[in-house]
Amino acid sequence: MSALAMNRLLLVVALFLAALYLFPLYWMYVTAVKAGSDIFAYPPSFLPGNANWGVFGDVWQSRDMARYIWNSLVIAGGTMGMVAILGTGCAYVLARYRNGWIDFALFLVLMLQVLPASLMITPIFVGFSAVGLLDFPRLAVIIAITAKAMPFFVILVRATFMSVPLELEEAALVDGNSRIGAFLMIVMPLARNGVLVAAILIFMQAFGEFVYSKSIIQDVNYQPASVGLNTFMGPNTVEWNNIMAYATIYVTPILAAFVLLQQRIVAGLTSGALK
Amino acid sequence: MRRLTKSITDGVGFDLILVGVPLAFLLVFSGLPLIYNVLMSFQEVDLFSLGQLIRPFIGFKNYQAISAQPEFWPIMWNTVIFVVCSITGQFVLGFALALFFDQGFRGASFLRGLFLVSWVMPGLVVGAVWNWILAGDFGVLNYILTSLGVISENIFWRSDIDFSLWAVVIANIWLGTAFNMILLSVGLAAIPKDLYEAAALDGATAFQKFWTITLPMMRSTTGAVLSLGLIFTLQQFDLFAAITSGGPANSSNVAQYWAWELSFRQYDFARGATVSTIMIAFVMIASVFYVRSTKHEVRG
Repeated sequence: MSALAMNRLLLVVALFLAALYLFPLYWMYVTAVKAGSDIFAYPPSFLPGNANWGVFGDVWQSRDMARYIWNSLVIAGGTMGMVAILGTGCAYVLARYRNGWIDFALFLVLMLQVLPASLMITPIFVGFSAVGLLDFPRLAVIIAITAKAMPFFVILVRATFMSVPLELEEAALVDGNSRIGAFLMIVMPLARNGVLVAAILIFMQAFGEFVYSKSIIQDVNYQPASVGLNTFMGPNTVEWNNIMAYATIYVTPILAAFVLLQQRIVAGLTSGALK
Repeated sequence: MRRLTKSITDGVGFDLILVGVPLAFLLVFSGLPLIYNVLMSFQEVDLFSLGQLIRPFIGFKNYQAISAQPEFWPIMWNTVIFVVCSITGQFVLGFALALFFDQGFRGASFLRGLFLVSWVMPGLVVGAVWNWILAGDFGVLNYILTSLGVISENIFWRSDIDFSLWAVVIANIWLGTAFNMILLSVGLAAIPKDLYEAAALDGATAFQKFWTITLPMMRSTTGAVLSLGLIFTLQQFDLFAAITSGGPANSSNVAQYWAWELSFRQYDFARGATVSTIMIAFVMIASVFYVRSTKHEVRG
C-alpha cells in the first residue's frame, strides 16, 4: 500500500473513532431538537426529523435559565480572577528558585490538589457556617473552588514561567528595573499565553462546578446552571428533549471556546507538566 | 518603612509575598478544613452545635458506628470496583487511542484534541447525557446492543441493582479516556524514534517493538497516569448525582458520594466527616505515589 493510501485509511479510521467517541454529544443535540413524542419512538431515530428549534427558547424561559447562567458566570469569573491573582505570583516564585523550601511548597501544592471536593465539603460547610460565610453563598463557593483549583493553575503556569529565560529578567534588573517592574514588564508579557490558557481552563472548571454550589447555595436565586440542571432532572422525568436542550444551552459556549482554543489548550496541558 | 516598601518591590519581600499569600490562602481554606474534618470525626456533632469548634469528644465512636452500619462494607466494595474498573477501562482505551494517533497522519493532532471535549464538559451535563443514553425502555444504548445481538432484552441500567454501578462506570470511562489518551500521547512522543528504527533493522515485529520498547519506555508515564486516574476517580461525584444518586438501595453508592449524602441528606455531619476522613487517608496515599511519579516532570 502506498504511503498516501495508508494516510487516507488512517484518517478515515480516526474520523470513525472520533465520531464514535463523540456520539453522546451528538445524541444530546439530536434529542434536544426532537419533538416531544419522537424521543420515545422505537427504534429511535438517529436524525432529528421535524426539528423543533423553538425548544431552546422555551426551556430558556420556563427554567429561568438566564438567572442560572448568570450565576454560573459570576462564580466562574470570580474564581478565575481570584485564582489568577493568587496563583500567578506563586507559580512565578516556585519556577524561579530551586531549594528545599520550594520543594516543600510544591509538595504542599500537589497534595492539596488531590483532595476530593465531595469529601472536603463537609468541613468547609461546617466551618463556613461557623464564621458566617454562608450568608454570602456565591462568595463562599468562589473561595471554596479557588482553594480547590489553584494548585492545578499553579502547576500549569509554573511550567510556563520555567520556559521564560532567566537572562531576560536579569538583563532588565541590570538596566535598573525593580523586581516588580521586571516581573510585570518583561516576564508577564512573555508568559501571557500560558497564563491565559490556564485561566480559561479554570473558568471552564468553575463554570461546571457542582458539589460546592449544590451544598452551599440554598437560595435558588444564587444557584448556578449545574444545580439548575440537577433540579430539572427529577427521578422520574420524561422531558428528555427539554433536559437535553438545557444541557445544550449550558455546554455549547464551553465547547465552542474549546474548539477555538483547542490547539493551545492541548499544548498548554501537555507542555512542561504532567498534571 | 521605606526599607520595607523597597523589599516588597525589589527584594526578598517581593518573593515572600507572592508565594506567601497564596500558600496562606490554601492553608486556611484547604489545610484547616482538613484538620477540622479529622477533629469533627472524633466529636459528637448535631445541628445545634454546628457552629461551635469545641464539642463533646467521643473518641472512635463515630468510626465504630459507621463501620457497624450494614451498608458500610457494600459501599466500600463498590468504591473498589468503581475505581479499579474505571481506571482499567480509561487506561486501556486511552492507551489504544494514543498508540493509534501516534501513527502521525494528517489531522491526527486536531482529531486527538477533539476527544478532550469530554474533559471540559461539566460533569453534570455528561451525567445527564449518559442518564438518557442508558435509559431502560427508550435508551439508545439498549437499542444498539439489541441490534448487534449482544443482549436479548433491555437492561435497566439505572434501576437494576446488578447494573446501576456499571452505568456510572461506563460514563466515567467515557469521561476519563480522553485525558488518559492525551497524557499517554505525550509519553509516546517522547520515545526516541531511532529505537524503533534500530529494532526494525533487527527485524522486530510490531508486537515485539511494542513489548520491548514502548512498554518499558512508558513506565514512568504509566505510573503518573494511573495514580492521577486513581485521584480523579476518587473525586468523581457529579456522575453519581446525575445518573443514579447512589441508588437503588445503595447498589451504586460509593464512599465519596456516601460521605456527602450523610452530611447533606441525613444532616449527620459527624458521620459524613468520618467517612471523609477515611477516604482522604486513601487519597493521601495515592497522592504520594502521584507526587513521586511526577517528580521528574514537575521539578525538572
